[in-house]
Amino acid sequence: MTTSPLLDATGVVKTYGAVVALRNASLSVLPGEVHALMGANGAGKSTLVKILTGAIRADAGHILIRGEARDVRSPADARRAGLLPVYQEPSLIPDLDVASNLRLTDTPVEPFRAWVRELGIPDLDIRDTARDIPLAVLRVLDLARALAVEPDVLLLDEMTAALPANLAEKVLEVIRRQGDSGRSVIFISHRFVEISALCDRATVLRDGETVGVVDIEPGVEERIVEMMLGAKVEKTRVAACQASQAASPGDSRPRLGVANLRVGSKLNDVSFDLVNGEVAGVIALEGQGQDELFAALAGSIRPSGGTIEVDGKPVKFAHPADAIRAGIAYVPGDRTEALTMQRSVRENIALPFSAALRNWGPINMAQERSTVVSAIERLQIDTRAQREVQRLSGGNQQKVTIARWIAAEAQTILCFDPTRGIDVGTKQEIYKLLRELADQGKSVLFYTSELEEVQRVCDRVIVIFGGRVVDVFPVELADEPALMRAAYGLPRGAKADVGILADIHSSPVAKP
Amino acid sequence: MSTTAIQPVPFGRRLKRFMADRPLIPLIILLVILVLVLQILRPGIVNERWLANTVKFAIPLAILAGCQTMTMLTGGIDLSVGTVATMSAFIMATQVVNHDPAVAILIALVPAVLIGLVNGIGVGVFRVHPLIMTLGTSLIGTGCLQVYQRTVIASGAKIPPFLAWLGTGLTYGVPNALLLFVPIAVLIVFTLNRTGFGRLLYAVGDNEGAARLSGVRYWQVITALYVISSVLAGITGLLYIGLIKAPSLSLAEPLVLPSVAAAVIGGTSIFGGRGGYTGTIIGALILTVLTTLLTILQMPEGARRILFGLIVLFVTAAYLRIIEDR
Repeated sequence: MTTSPLLDATGVVKTYGAVVALRNASLSVLPGEVHALMGANGAGKSTLVKILTGAIRADAGHILIRGEARDVRSPADARRAGLLPVYQEPSLIPDLDVASNLRLTDTPVEPFRAWVRELGIPDLDIRDTARDIPLAVLRVLDLARALAVEPDVLLLDEMTAALPANLAEKVLEVIRRQGDSGRSVIFISHRFVEISALCDRATVLRDGETVGVVDIEPGVEERIVEMMLGAKVEKTRVAACQASQAASPGDSRPRLGVANLRVGSKLNDVSFDLVNGEVAGVIALEGQGQDELFAALAGSIRPSGGTIEVDGKPVKFAHPADAIRAGIAYVPGDRTEALTMQRSVRENIALPFSAALRNWGPINMAQERSTVVSAIERLQIDTRAQREVQRLSGGNQQKVTIARWIAAEAQTILCFDPTRGIDVGTKQEIYKLLRELADQGKSVLFYTSELEEVQRVCDRVIVIFGGRVVDVFPVELADEPALMRAAYGLPRGAKADVGILADIHSSPVAKP
Repeated sequence: MSTTAIQPVPFGRRLKRFMADRPLIPLIILLVILVLVLQILRPGIVNERWLANTVKFAIPLAILAGCQTMTMLTGGIDLSVGTVATMSAFIMATQVVNHDPAVAILIALVPAVLIGLVNGIGVGVFRVHPLIMTLGTSLIGTGCLQVYQRTVIASGAKIPPFLAWLGTGLTYGVPNALLLFVPIAVLIVFTLNRTGFGRLLYAVGDNEGAARLSGVRYWQVITALYVISSVLAGITGLLYIGLIKAPSLSLAEPLVLPSVAAAVIGGTSIFGGRGGYTGTIIGALILTVLTTLLTILQMPEGARRILFGLIVLFVTAAYLRIIEDR
């Protein structure tokens, strides 16, 4: 530890208006090490990465590269300083062939070819247009392109996501060897298995702050989980158990039955039931396939395999209209996806009423008004600016997206992170509303990125990791540490088991 | 809160908000100003006959601008309205020689429905950009009409008297064309504001993804829309030939771009989701009065067109600034 760090960032601060993304982040990377950067959703990982690579500028803080203060103003600056990122999204320009893409970044071709072969793709034709190359290969090409210019610090964001097992193995091997040759790698991943196999140290972020730097050794995953959670480690009291649980267990067919559902490469094998009268929580780290799961259930995209049953009958949704007819409504996480911003609150709530061809005729204005008004009252939407939804606050906009389906009396509501970016008061109201819906015998599937919401709202938790359901457990067991461990694919109640990091193949992720 | 003195809102700001809430007011003011300018330049020109004439010529433009308004609400445009109007007018005028006028009109509206259907399917199902799609069908339609003209060249053409009556006639000084226009205008306004279909036009133009998530099938809305637009254009053609009384292969073509301009001046956003038909009607009146105004200025044709274009641009830009209250 006596060697001076290759990259040393301290006291990095970044705010967006009133929102603090980073309050005091630091990261120090030694030459020759593979360094993991960890943190729960929204902890500030991606902001820190963007600052290091020059995509955005920090409000305060020092970044030293090889002990020299460097002001990284742009991605090109970062590149000159020897810092190269590989992001989750492929960065080759789709309409150019691989060779032209290499020319764009002045990447030498021969080293690139060598790395591509090394990474397990023997037969790449660099005249292929990037658009025609499969996603997994594109990600490997991105990595090869970065490796070919021999950067001092390589920054990898979820490098192995969406890679098939054989490619992932090669990639990990190559990354490990980077460290041996004196260069450093910053490795961002949700997968403890990979981190334990690869990394020397880990920096943990929480709420925009670096809360610890640890050496990776067997058993450290519990410490990391604790750090990511902060003071919340002690088992929180389970919220009063919901009465509805006893209402109708098992006596009828499930409202929604999902079996072996697959969507593209993101969602691999998901099975669960949703019964009337319950709120089932879905917990997953970013990009584990939850977006695809919800879109498939809502009829927005077609699954590539598996079955969906509604009230025991198999269904195939070709269009959201089919799902809506089956009583399944989808509230997307991004409000701008669901609202017609220039139209009034009333028109937004009443939109599903007009959708079907037979409802294209004259609208019964009085009846519509009373339906809409009762939905507005139920959700307590502030209607002072109701002429245009875009003038409402975020919380009120979110309420409109839900009110629409209350008015339409949907039997099942798929809520995707409905409380993201809205105020605390509105959050409380939404929790209450979802509980009420369940008590009325409706069913709610509720994805949330905030673990604490599970205990406030859900009866049951479904944990998805790497496109699979890795665990389902009742809310009584779902305290935050348990959820966090489950979300990272660690087995439940494995606190004593320190051996799981030792062997890559014992983890649920590595199963073929 | 109550102790703080109420800040007087500046007059300009209040005026702007007032205009933003009632986007028709500035348009009406502009129309009145134009008429006043005309009266000052040529005292005595504004009389009952001039009014009737202006209304008569504004009506075909206003109906075609209605087609543009509805398609623009969904983020589209219908450039085939000129060809469709010309086709139905020309076919009616030639068919009426051998058939009963009612039959001739039905025959004349067949190509309108067909072109609308092709437009709608192209835009709604195959996702061709509306500009290209309607431009394409417009060219095809013109070509077909030229072929058709060869086959009927011997039979000649005539205009049924009741269409001439509808197009040019006056009853107690009021243009008979209003008998056709008022119901159409009421129907369009009603459709846009009080029917499910009208709501969907706005919704699809504002946020197609949101409409889809609410169960709206885009292709159904778009197909119905372009068929309606085409049929309206066909009807306009029948009215217009009653006004012009000379069938030709480019009869309604000069109305196409002014119809787009009328909708834009009337406050309908070309990006969709925003606007209405009442503004468009006034937009059509403004353009018609403006044309008269430029005609009596006795400028050369070129200068007149330059001025027309400049005024349309200026009015649109100014009007959008006024009604966008952000």
